[in-house]
Amino acid sequence: MQLITAIVKPFKIDDVKDALKAAGIGGVTAAEVRGFGRQGGHTETYRGTEYEIDFVPKVRLDILVDEGLVDQVITTIKDAAVTGKIGDGKIWVTPVSRVLRIRTGEEGADAI
Amino acid sequence: MFRLSAARSRPELDARPSRWAPRRLVPKVLAGSALAVLATAVIAPSAGAQDTAPDATAVLGTQVNLLWVVLGAVLVIFMQAGFALVETGFCRRKHAAHVVSTNFAVFGLGFIGFFFVGFPLAFGGFSYAAFGLDKPVGDALLGSGNWIFLFKGGWALSGGGITPALLGFFLYMVAFMDTTATIPTGSMAERWKWGSFVIWGLFCGAIYYPLFAAWTWGGGWLAKTWDTMSLGAGYVDFAGSGVVHAVGGVAALAGAIALGPRIGKFGKDGTPKALPGHHIPMAMLGTFILLFGWFGFNAASTFAATDVQFATVALNTAAAAAFGAITAMLWITKRTGKPDPGMMANGMLAGLVAITAPCAFVAPWAAAVIGIIAGVLVIESVFFVERKLKIDDPVGAISVHGVCGIFGVLAVGIFANGSYGAAWNGSTVKGVEGIIKGNWSQLGAQVLGAVVICTVIFGVVFAFFKIQDAISKAMGKGGIRSSEADEIEGLDIPEMGVLAYPDFP
Repeated sequence: MQLITAIVKPFKIDDVKDALKAAGIGGVTAAEVRGFGRQGGHTETYRGTEYEIDFVPKVRLDILVDEGLVDQVITTIKDAAVTGKIGDGKIWVTPVSRVLRIRTGEEGADAI
Repeated sequence: MFRLSAARSRPELDARPSRWAPRRLVPKVLAGSALAVLATAVIAPSAGAQDTAPDATAVLGTQVNLLWVVLGAVLVIFMQAGFALVETGFCRRKHAAHVVSTNFAVFGLGFIGFFFVGFPLAFGGFSYAAFGLDKPVGDALLGSGNWIFLFKGGWALSGGGITPALLGFFLYMVAFMDTTATIPTGSMAERWKWGSFVIWGLFCGAIYYPLFAAWTWGGGWLAKTWDTMSLGAGYVDFAGSGVVHAVGGVAALAGAIALGPRIGKFGKDGTPKALPGHHIPMAMLGTFILLFGWFGFNAASTFAATDVQFATVALNTAAAAAFGAITAMLWITKRTGKPDPGMMANGMLAGLVAITAPCAFVAPWAAAVIGIIAGVLVIESVFFVERKLKIDDPVGAISVHGVCGIFGVLAVGIFANGSYGAAWNGSTVKGVEGIIKGNWSQLGAQVLGAVVICTVIFGVVFAFFKIQDAISKAMGKGGIRSSEADEIEGLDIPEMGVLAYPDFP
């Protein structure tokens, strides 16, 4: 089992969700996060005082997948989320040692 | 149907171009005690010494009436807060500072335009003795007799005739104008450039609002159609379903068309997508604030606390609001399965907009019926505008103010029961009467006014937005719509430089 984590632009999440559903992925967890990479922030003024906005709003998606589907899911997310402009985000994969479905107690591949 | 007497003295014809004939005999005094004493001494009463007592009472009545006008103005100005909260609540979080700021700034921008030129253009020829505005501050600028199109006098509130009564009247009228000015900020929200909006505010106060206001309330040609076209009492609009709300509603329509829909509003096949507002409680609080202020909008339009019809007006206003809200609740539940809070709020506002023209002329049962019809009409209109016309209106301004405003205008010609409005617009009618009294000519005047709003007035504002857009593009500024990148990021930072809800506190 692998955990695919994707950081994408907020207005792209509907496209990514539709693409994942079309690819047969059953579930996703989404969270609103803030972050920066190369996109960086900028300086603004509040009541005459300058301040930095470094953290840019993004959405974090976490998806559990079987080994064999990792490449396909990465490609699906990338194609749906890309705009070509800086700040498109990143995708990374972490191994998962155990998965359990709470309602039934199933484990492993049956739990995804 | 029960009948309230409108005033204790008989109405008189007034030959001057004024909104109504004065309903009581008021001596020609200014609302100021020293001058009043001097003036009453100069007037030679034909009867005996007891005439000095009624004169003092009449003077006090004039002063109280001016107080009523100013109180009404304050209530209507507070409606700006209502609009701000409704619109901001119905828009998305990332645009909240921008949307609320348009509502904030429009008060001052419209005021400035109205202060310098708008008020004279609309009301330079207006007078009404009941609150002390005995003489108009000017006269006709364009047109004459029964065909006046614009007035003049009192530019920048200076010159002769600037009395407390005139200034109180200005304050009340500027509040109405600002209501019109703020309506399009709802339909054009989330994609309107700040600089382009600023030009709209000034234009609305200076030129756009005064046009139809001059033709109607100012005493212009639409008010005189009782004479020129034998249409009832001429165009009748007690507090402005047409003059304020429909005029604002067609501007909302023109602006929404000129800007185009928000990114992501319509799918590739044209199906509408929901872009939910970020704060329902804020939107509903705003609706209640509008209800509160509307009592100043409608009831104080008697311009006289001595004219107790203001109580009828207040009740009719509340009735239309209540029946509108609950009808909308039931109708949206029937249509979609749940009592959508946004539609309930729109239903209350629809009832209020629709009753605004007829409120002084109809019985309470009719006010309820008007509210019920508006509650259904606003929902069906929102569906039609979004699904059939494919126009994106984030708050429903086109449906609430435009469609229900026109309905309110027509409702005068249907439900007016003749119990009030003698000598309206200087006509010879005993009261304003509609179809329920067998009188069809009033509806004719109302239809004419509605047609003028939907064609001429719409044409003016649509041309304004298109020309503004073309000039902006020719100057290399990209038009009146914000850029795609700004809209996606949220207008708060790119346009205003602040986030309504900053990241980490």
